[in-house]
Amino acid sequence: MRNLIAIPVIILSVQLQLSIVSRVPLLSGTADLPLVMLAAWALQDGVETSWHWALAVGVLVGFVSAIPFFVPIASYLFVVFIAQLLVSRVWQTPLLAMFIVSLIGTLFLNLFSLGTLRLFGIPMPISESIGLFVLPGTLLNLLLAIPVFAIMRDLARWVYPLPEIE
Amino acid sequence: MRNLLSRTLQTTIIFLVVGGVLALALGGYFGPVSNAVSQSLVNLQTWFSSRFVAVQDMLTAPRDVASLRQRNAELEAEVAELQAQVIQLQQQVGETEILAALVDFSRANPENTYLAAAVIGKDPSPFLHYVIINRGSNDGILRGMPVVTNQGLVGRVDAVIADASRVQLITDPASNVNVRLQNAETEASLVGSVTGDLSLDLIPQDLTIEEGDLVLTSGLGGGYPPDLIVGQVVNIRTRESDLFQQATVQPVVDFNRLQIVLIIVNFTPVDISPLQPAP
Repeated sequence: MRNLIAIPVIILSVQLQLSIVSRVPLLSGTADLPLVMLAAWALQDGVETSWHWALAVGVLVGFVSAIPFFVPIASYLFVVFIAQLLVSRVWQTPLLAMFIVSLIGTLFLNLFSLGTLRLFGIPMPISESIGLFVLPGTLLNLLLAIPVFAIMRDLARWVYPLPEIE
Repeated sequence: MRNLLSRTLQTTIIFLVVGGVLALALGGYFGPVSNAVSQSLVNLQTWFSSRFVAVQDMLTAPRDVASLRQRNAELEAEVAELQAQVIQLQQQVGETEILAALVDFSRANPENTYLAAAVIGKDPSPFLHYVIINRGSNDGILRGMPVVTNQGLVGRVDAVIADASRVQLITDPASNVNVRLQNAETEASLVGSVTGDLSLDLIPQDLTIEEGDLVLTSGLGGGYPPDLIVGQVVNIRTRESDLFQQATVQPVVDFNRLQIVLIIVNFTPVDISPLQPAP
């Protein structure tokens, strides 16, 4: 039943992204709160619903954004895939895994968006886009990673309480 | 009788002495002496007074500090409340000013019917220049309707749901607006870019354009109504090898501070895509 917390959390993260985070750029890049939240959630111990979360966030962002809908869906699923891949390898340093997932996920999302928009015939100068959008956005996501990870860890402990050791 | 004379004499002498002393004092003959005496008295009085005040402070200070602290906390709370009110009022004044300007604009352009909407979000993708507004199909908004402010053209409605719409700004890299230069009386194409800069393209080489020329919508193509202000030419790039001149346009609208916009609801965009030849 506690899994239903996903609905308000996902909606809240997308709303915060639209109303606040997207309006606080560094150069021209912005952070991606749903992506960071998803990465943090997927890295928590015992979490079994990260794929569902990724799909829900992807559909919601794809619905709101003007970017082709498959870009956020594929990118967020990729973020969970990377997180699942790393969680068993660097489990002793979850914050390091968080940084790695945020970094790879952000780069994937931005470069995938860039490639798709170019494929759709929208002029996107590569070097300018990387310098003004991709790198600043990545930095902002890494800055956002620490507080979001802490919040999502508390949330995961509430949804999936650890078994008591006698 | 003798006693009476003696007493009268004594009284007279006393009066004379006192009167003489007073006369000498008023004449300034006792200045140094009276100064020294008065200074000593004043110093003594000051010493007593200061000690008394110190003792009084010591005895009453704790009570005063407590009451002052309480009063200070009350005043700080009051100041915080007033500051919040000031911020709220400033925000309301700002919104009122924007709305007043929009009302003036709609009165000055009675040929169009406007619907005001608040900007409630920005597209999550940083590569695209779209905003979300709080009016949708329930308010009669249709895809393609132009969006303006009192300053000039903002963009057009790109997608609509029941209570919200997505607006493509003219700065979006996929945006293309047919415009005309007011002074040069020529038409051109205004395109956005990923950085938000606006460029004029397809300006004939033989045409003379100048910085500061006003850029207006031409109405060609049926996407926008004519004569909406877009911006001013700020930079011209002419190369002999190119077919057309190019120019940079400074938009009149500050897209970073969009709060309230007007949708032109009586304009029906014309879809000319079936008439365009396939590439």
